[in-house]
Amino acid sequence: MKLIKAIIKPFKLEEVKDSLSEIGVEGMTVSEVKGFGRQKGHTEIYRGSEYTVDFLPKVKLEIAVADEIVNKVIDAIVSASQTGKIGDGKVFVIPIEEAIRIRTGEKGDVAL
Amino acid sequence: MNTKYTSLTRIGAAPWKFLLLAAALLFSYTLPVHADDHEVEPPSAGTEVVDQEVSDSPYNGKYEDFQASEGFALFTVSNLWILIAAFLVFTMHLGFATLESGLCQSKNTVNILFKNVFIISIGILTYAFYGFNAMYPGAMIVDGVGDWNGYFAVGSWFGVDRTDTAMITDDYAGYTWWTDFLFQAMFAATGATIVSGAVAERVKLPAFMLFAVLFVGFAYPTAGSWKWGTGWLDAKGFYDFAGSSIVHAFGGFGALACVMILGPRKGKYTESGLKPIPASNFPLAAIGVFLLFLGWFGFNGGSVLSADPALVSYVCVTTALAAASGAVSSILFSYFACKKPDLSMALNGILAGLVGITAGADVVGIADSIIIGLIAGAIVVSSILFFDKQKIDDPVGAISVHGICGIWGTLAVGIFGDSGDPEKPFTVGTQLVGTISYSLFAFTFAYVVFYTIKQIMGVRVSEEEEERGLDISEHGQEAYGSRS
Repeated sequence: MKLIKAIIKPFKLEEVKDSLSEIGVEGMTVSEVKGFGRQKGHTEIYRGSEYTVDFLPKVKLEIAVADEIVNKVIDAIVSASQTGKIGDGKVFVIPIEEAIRIRTGEKGDVAL
Repeated sequence: MNTKYTSLTRIGAAPWKFLLLAAALLFSYTLPVHADDHEVEPPSAGTEVVDQEVSDSPYNGKYEDFQASEGFALFTVSNLWILIAAFLVFTMHLGFATLESGLCQSKNTVNILFKNVFIISIGILTYAFYGFNAMYPGAMIVDGVGDWNGYFAVGSWFGVDRTDTAMITDDYAGYTWWTDFLFQAMFAATGATIVSGAVAERVKLPAFMLFAVLFVGFAYPTAGSWKWGTGWLDAKGFYDFAGSSIVHAFGGFGALACVMILGPRKGKYTESGLKPIPASNFPLAAIGVFLLFLGWFGFNGGSVLSADPALVSYVCVTTALAAASGAVSSILFSYFACKKPDLSMALNGILAGLVGITAGADVVGIADSIIIGLIAGAIVVSSILFFDKQKIDDPVGAISVHGICGIWGTLAVGIFGDSGDPEKPFTVGTQLVGTISYSLFAFTFAYVVFYTIKQIMGVRVSEEEEERGLDISEHGQEAYGSRS
């Protein structure tokens, strides 16, 4: 089992969700987050004075999947959220030690 | 214009006169009145003041006679229009509240709304208790007893006998005394509201409340009487149709004094340069400006003080043209001066045009009204940038919009205005004397009062409170509730 954590551009969320549904991903957790990477922030102007906005709004997806489909999921996320411009985001893959479905107490892949 | 030239008694420029009149009225009730016989002189009540008042009335106290008179229809329409105009001026307070909320940070919204609620309420009350009679001491004192000096009158409670035909018929004016009060009271609160925007996000609430009471309750009617109460500036031939100076420059320069004492918001002017504190909610700010634009039709259109079709519609047209050209010119000007077309500047440009046309909406030409608006829009952008360079922090641009454009509008009457009397043309010189008198008086009054308040109780919240936001630190409430 792996936890896939993806930071993407907010307006790409719908496309990513759709392509993940297509390959059979049944659940995900989405959060609105702020941060910066190599893109840095951007400048805005108010009444003639520029200022930099350091933290840009992004969306963070967290998806726990079985090992067999990890690569398919990564491919789906990358192809759906890619614009080719700076600031497209990152995907991280983290091993999961255990997963438990709270309602039934099931463990392992069946709990996903 | 707002000046009234009635030959009627206005109660109460001095408390003793009010008492005298009250006693006299009481006495008159005990005498038989032959009100149905118009030829008969009503019974004398024994004092000069009342004598004059009753004998002046063509209706002998009978409202029914007035209803049957020829002028009743016109009076009803005029009275209704000025009431509607008063309601429109009321919506300007709604506009100020939304504009200020939109241009400031969301952590200070409750505080801004609270100040706006307080100002309109205290404005109406102080105007009833003191302001109305101090601002319009009336002809009684000029013609009759003859001791109003044209500079300062003491006001009193505004109450009159509600059945007195001298107050509720065209014997009074083209509208009733009550309409008159309401319209003027809505104006009165505007001065302090202007200050509220400029000192937002750091002023201590009780200090501001105390200041607002004195500014709107005392300073505004005193200065207003110089022109609209037929005081010394009126005698000089100074002209200010609906208050570019009397209301707007007055508020703007009061705001300047307060901001100078208060200092800028924390973190705006840093060692590494100006760090803007951007508007938190542009939709609210835009709604606010459109509400102010709407309200201005009442502010200027109502200041005709009748429903005269030609003049009211003309004034509304010059008002709209100046607002539109103010916006266009500020958009163009900010595009060059600020690198981008700045929405906050465009909104301020609309208001700049409106403030600019207010002094001469009825006496300038159509093309002039556009020029006035265009220049006002350019002035407001440069003025906002100028004050920012001087580290005078005005979150909503009130000093520039109301103060600087108020002066421009007043001077514009001297340049473009046609007085209709070749003997007494408007002059830039007289307009300058008038507008400087208002600006200087408001600045000095505000400076002295606000400085005194600072010495006694402080005028600024602590740095920690400012950082946290005044909503939590002053009110313990949030504008956009976190627990939802």
